[in-house]
Amino acid sequence: MPANNSANSYCLGIESTADDFGAAIVSFEGKVLSNANDAYMPKEGGIHPREAARHHAEVSEKVLAEAFEKAAVKPRDISLVAFSQGPGLGPCLRTGATAARALASYLDVPLVGVNHCVGHIEIGKLATGATDPVTLYVSGGNTIVSAFEASRYRVFGETLDIAIGNCLDVFARAVDLKQRRGAPFGAVVEELARKGKNFVSLPYTVKGMDLSFSGLLTAAVQAFQSKKGSLEDVCFSLQEVAFSMLTEVTERALAHTEKPEVLLTGGVAANRKLQSMLEVIAEEHDARFCVVPLKLAADNGAMIAWTGILAYKSGISTPIEKSYVNVKWRLEDVYAPWVEG
Amino acid sequence: MVLIKKGAEASLFLETWHNRKVIMKRRLPKKYRIPELDQMIRSQRTVHEPNIIHKAKEAGVPTPTIFMVDVAEANIIMEFVDGKQIKEILDHVSSEERLRLSSLIGRMIGRLHKHGIIHGDLTTSNMILTPYGKVVFVDFGLSERSKELEPKGVDLHLMKRALQSTHYKHAKECFKAVMNGYAEAVGEEEAKKVTAKIREIEKRGRYVAER
Repeated sequence: MPANNSANSYCLGIESTADDFGAAIVSFEGKVLSNANDAYMPKEGGIHPREAARHHAEVSEKVLAEAFEKAAVKPRDISLVAFSQGPGLGPCLRTGATAARALASYLDVPLVGVNHCVGHIEIGKLATGATDPVTLYVSGGNTIVSAFEASRYRVFGETLDIAIGNCLDVFARAVDLKQRRGAPFGAVVEELARKGKNFVSLPYTVKGMDLSFSGLLTAAVQAFQSKKGSLEDVCFSLQEVAFSMLTEVTERALAHTEKPEVLLTGGVAANRKLQSMLEVIAEEHDARFCVVPLKLAADNGAMIAWTGILAYKSGISTPIEKSYVNVKWRLEDVYAPWVEG
Repeated sequence: MVLIKKGAEASLFLETWHNRKVIMKRRLPKKYRIPELDQMIRSQRTVHEPNIIHKAKEAGVPTPTIFMVDVAEANIIMEFVDGKQIKEILDHVSSEERLRLSSLIGRMIGRLHKHGIIHGDLTTSNMILTPYGKVVFVDFGLSERSKELEPKGVDLHLMKRALQSTHYKHAKECFKAVMNGYAEAVGEEEAKKVTAKIREIEKRGRYVAER
């Protein structure tokens, strides 16, 4: 069934899970030719799903045009359209899915719905050369420790409430930090944390293999408001506690699975403190430490395109009538026959 | 000191302490954590584990005697339970004895759950049959307090998986006996609810029955 396998086959990937609208062209050999993006910036507060979806609709034409232009590929040269089918915010996902369906039927090429979490793992593997890692996937919406076992990416541990990225974002807003374009809240917290010296005690919550960040968030905000430490100290302590939790759960999965690599992926992968902690446990378990490059860390179209190619090459495509979005699509529900093992 | 088990979180050593054979559970420092946090986590767990082991005794479940808790060093010295790991013997005893042991194990798990104790690592290597015929539960390192259905289901599901992977020839009859014993401890109605929960957990993607 897989048709084109050559170097001049291209996939268009559309990502619109949350605040980012991304479009990318990736060759079937795994070369990222373009990776265009436009992020919705709320005037205040977090992502408003409907407002974000409106943003995506407004910028979609511009972002798509940019993706084709940068890749120097014409729409007619596309042999596959992949889109982020879930998990994510319904209105945002539907905007991307609508664009993907329209393009696929207009160009008369197959459509593949991609699981967003698998996308983050696969692009990390492509960029770092990792083949069979324990993956820590950390972002604004997800916090998952996973490893491949019997046709699927199994979840070894995950957050029981909010994601680590969400925890950092909400904390930053609560203490009145300002977001800059191109520098998410996590980066602002990281900068301040580097200047922190005194550890403020905060709750550390690991339950077996799972994690919880909501209590930590509340306690960190309260610690700042009640002046238990300077803003720098609280940022420092928040990072130390949250990242130690992530590292512990990752280490347990690594000890259990004895995989040869540790892969850090997702938006929060950009954090150097987290990178340095995971590096320690990777070394102790003789595993290679891999981290997704910065430009592919946050949500992007390239990861969707690449995962779409992998799925399509193994015979998977999504008929339009089955291309409805799945806002709660779990990682382990994805059958992944393209992965060796 | 002889290392007998190295886990991701703690290591077990066999040691002599006041002329007695004991187990020393040590939570060694982690290099990736800052010392203040490292100390806090290791101390908390060193306090939590003996506490929950004590609660298990109150529930009527045999657990090792705790001799000493050194919070600052994060060490626990406890009884070396003489006996055989259920893992080693379950496949080699008579079928009658196998069912008796499985039912006994189920009854003990039921007592734990009834008292809000989730063991967190129910495998046959964490159960020891003493020469007096008691089954002693060890390693409460991943345990937690909860009376909710979900963790109970997960706990027993893990037991089932352990039986399937290590004692696959007898897994079915053994787990059935475990659940019978469990029902004796918690009552038929509660056991039914937990059984339904286990089935629900099995149907989730992460436990798809391919292995």
